[in-house]
Amino acid sequence: MKGKWHIVSNERIAEKIYRMTLRGETEGILPGQFVEIAVPGCYLRRPISVSDIADDLLTIIYKTIGEGTARMAQMKSGETLDILTGLGNGYNLAKAGKEVLLIGGGVGVPPLIYAAKQLRQAGKNVHVVIGFNTKSEVFGEECFTALGCQVSVCTMDGSYGVKGVVTDLLHKPAPFYYACGPLPMLKALLRTIGTNGQISMEERMGCGAGLCMGCTIETKDGFKRVCKEGPVFSADALKIEN
Amino acid sequence: MKVRLGDIELQNPVIPASGTCGFGQEMSEWFDLNCLGAIATKGTTRDARYGNALPRIAECPAGMLNAIGLQNPGVDEVIAIELPALRKLYRGPIIANVSGFSLEEYAYVSARIDQETDAAIIEVNISCPNVHNGGMAFGTSPEAAAAVTKAVKAVTRKPVYMKLSPNVTDIASIARACVDAGADGLCLINTMLGMRIDIRRRKPVLANTYGGYSGPGVFPVALRMVNQVSKACPGTPLIGCGGVSRAEDVIEMMMAGASAVEIGAANLQNPMACQQIIDELPGVMKELNITHLQDIIGVV
Repeated sequence: MKGKWHIVSNERIAEKIYRMTLRGETEGILPGQFVEIAVPGCYLRRPISVSDIADDLLTIIYKTIGEGTARMAQMKSGETLDILTGLGNGYNLAKAGKEVLLIGGGVGVPPLIYAAKQLRQAGKNVHVVIGFNTKSEVFGEECFTALGCQVSVCTMDGSYGVKGVVTDLLHKPAPFYYACGPLPMLKALLRTIGTNGQISMEERMGCGAGLCMGCTIETKDGFKRVCKEGPVFSADALKIEN
Repeated sequence: MKVRLGDIELQNPVIPASGTCGFGQEMSEWFDLNCLGAIATKGTTRDARYGNALPRIAECPAGMLNAIGLQNPGVDEVIAIELPALRKLYRGPIIANVSGFSLEEYAYVSARIDQETDAAIIEVNISCPNVHNGGMAFGTSPEAAAAVTKAVKAVTRKPVYMKLSPNVTDIASIARACVDAGADGLCLINTMLGMRIDIRRRKPVLANTYGGYSGPGVFPVALRMVNQVSKACPGTPLIGCGGVSRAEDVIEMMMAGASAVEIGAANLQNPMACQQIIDELPGVMKELNITHLQDIIGVV
C-alpha cells in the first residue's frame, strides 16, 4: 500500500541510530516486512524494516549510513512522508515452538522487536541475543525486556554486556530462531546452530516491489528477490555458508 | 486519449517499459493494469539468466543506474507461465521484449514469441553485446542493427519495434537502417551507459562497474533523439522512452514525435506511476487545449 504518513517523533537512540514513529494506515503490516520511504531530494526510496506497529503508529529504527538516512534524521514531527508499506514476506511466526530464539546484530535488531511482541502475545518464551560493536551503538535491550523476553547483549569490545559476538552465546541444540544482521554474523550463525530458523536478508534495492530485479540472490530454491520473495528466507534455503 | 501504433490502437499512450514491470504480476498488486495503453514485458532470452552480480542498482541525483544483466526465466517459461498469467490480468496489447547475444538467439526467441497470440508487438532490445563480435552492442552500428531487424522480421509477421540504444554518435542513421531493414516501428531510448564510484571505498558502486542510466536526467536527451529520429524516419511509429515521469512529459515526448510513451524508472520510484500519469493526462490535455493526443504527435 502507498500512503502518506505523519511523523510523530524522530529521535536519536544510539550512535548513528534513530527511531522514527509515524501515524498512518498500519493494517496488515507484518513482522519482518519492510517499508519504502520516499525521502525528499533522493531519487530512490529507502527500504527500512518495521520495528513496531501499535494501533495506527509505525515505528522504524534506522542507521544513518548515507544521504537518504541522513536527511531522514533531520526530519521533524509534523512533517509527512510518502511510504510504501506491506512489502516483502516477513517472519513466519507460526514456526516457533514454546521456546524461541531471536538473534540480531546492529541495525538488524529492529525487525526482531516487532517479532518479539507478537511471539510474546502468542505466549512464547522468547530468548533474545543481540550484538553490537560497542556500548554507544547498543539499542533495543529495554524494548525486549519490557516485552518479557530473556535478553543477552554482547559487544565486540566488551564495553557493554558480554565481550564477543552473538554466536559466542549460542549453542546446540537451539530452538527455532529468527535472525537479522550482517552477513558475517549470519554465516557464523549457520555454522554454530544450523539452519533451523528464518533469516532476514538485506541487499541494495531499486524498487522494493519486485519490479526491477535489482536485489535478486541465488538460493537453493533458485533466484529470489530479497524485496519480494524475501526479505525473510528459510535459513536452509540460503547459500551463504562459506 | 487514444493513439495508434501502426494498426494497433491503444486506449492511451502510456506503457510501462520493459524491465520495470516484470511480467505485470507485481505491478498488478498496485493498480488494475487494464488502465494501461500497453505493457512491455521483461527482456526475454533463449535460456534463463541470473544476470549480473550485486549490487546492480546505483542512485543518481536525477535517476538511477541499473546493471541487472537481463535476469529472466527464459523463453520457454515466459511462454508457458508468464504470458498466460499476464493475459489473465490484462486485456490490452502486450509488447514482448526480446533480447539476444547473437543473431541466432534473436531469431529463435522471436520465432517462439511469434507463435503466441498474446503478444501484439515484438520489441527488440539491441543494446545487448554481440558475443560473436567482441561484445560490441548490436545497437551501436547501422549494419548490426539492420542485421538484427532482418533476422527478426524473417521469423515473424507481428509488428517489430527495434529499441534503440542512445550510446551512439548518430541515432538517426541507426534508426534509418532499422526501418530500411523492415522494422515496423522504433522505440527509443534505452538507458545511457554510466557509472558511479564509492569515493570512500574507491570502487565502482555497481559490481558490473558500468550500468544504464535512466530517470528524469535522461529526458532531454531522449526527447532530442526522438525528435531527430522522427525527422529521419517520417511515417514510422515511434515509442518515446527515457525519463518520462509525469503527464506533461508524455505530452512533450509526443510533440517531439512519439506516438506512444514508455515509462521506466518512474515505476521503480513509485509502482503506481503509470496509473497516476494516465489519471493526470486528461487535465493536462484540457489545460493545453488538446482534444486528441493523435493531433500533437511530432508537431515540433
